[in-house]
Amino acid sequence: MNALAALLAGLLFGAGLILSGMSDPAKVLGFLDLAGNWDPSLMLVMVGAIGVAIVPFAWGARLSRSWFGTPMVMPRNDRVDRRLLIGSALFGVGWGLSGLCPGPALISLGAGYLPGAIFAVCMLLGMKASEWVPD
Amino acid sequence: MQIDWLHFSPWTALCGGALIGLASAFLLLATSRIAGISGIVGGLLRTGSSDAGWRLAFVGGLLAAPVLWQLLVPGGLLLPHLFLESPEQLLVLAFAGLLVGLGTQLAKGCTSGHGICGLARFSRRSLVAVVIFMATAMVVVFITHHVPGVGV
Repeated sequence: MNALAALLAGLLFGAGLILSGMSDPAKVLGFLDLAGNWDPSLMLVMVGAIGVAIVPFAWGARLSRSWFGTPMVMPRNDRVDRRLLIGSALFGVGWGLSGLCPGPALISLGAGYLPGAIFAVCMLLGMKASEWVPD
Repeated sequence: MQIDWLHFSPWTALCGGALIGLASAFLLLATSRIAGISGIVGGLLRTGSSDAGWRLAFVGGLLAAPVLWQLLVPGGLLLPHLFLESPEQLLVLAFAGLLVGLGTQLAKGCTSGHGICGLARFSRRSLVAVVIFMATAMVVVFITHHVPGVGV
């Protein structure tokens, strides 16, 4: 049941990325380029996504079990530490260089684009490499 | 600042965003999982992870989405074939991939986990992450797009 729900969520999430244009790196870069011809679309994607998610997330935090019976665990860690700061900055550099973040990278891979595949493989290597970073 | 009215697409952006929010809300309520792409993929790479099933299913859905979209939606995607016009661009793309992978694991989240799920539950940690990665990305784009001689 959990896998079926996750499959459906993945499909919906992917459709949202494609419909919103966020699977297109050029559109993302258009948002990040404040000094150029600025495309505010990404901001509205976040408004739409957060706007829809806010109430269900508040509700979820009050549930003790999910619909399929798994214990409801919300992330508890709210500490701002060095790993968060450095990690976010590194991610930002990679995002700015490519216009790709993890979701759109997988869409690009699924669409069969060679650049997407190259990016995705390097992203997986980078993820694996994080295990060797000391605290 | 000058708005790019030609490419600005408020309605598809809002509706696409709403779909993303719906997917995240559904995953949380149905399975108690956070729809953070870097977290879901990162969990698959850890040795001895016992919950690979739902992660693979979610990633499978994400990978299948563009294929189905091409089949079902008239006019289809597609993403423009950008970059990769030179070997330098290939190197930049590979380097960017490494940074995105490493950074999102250290920060335990990306644009989805921190940017949508985290902000939707008012997490201070996520807000800090979003401000940092957006600001850094904007600085990088400024340098690559507007500083003479740096363009990639």
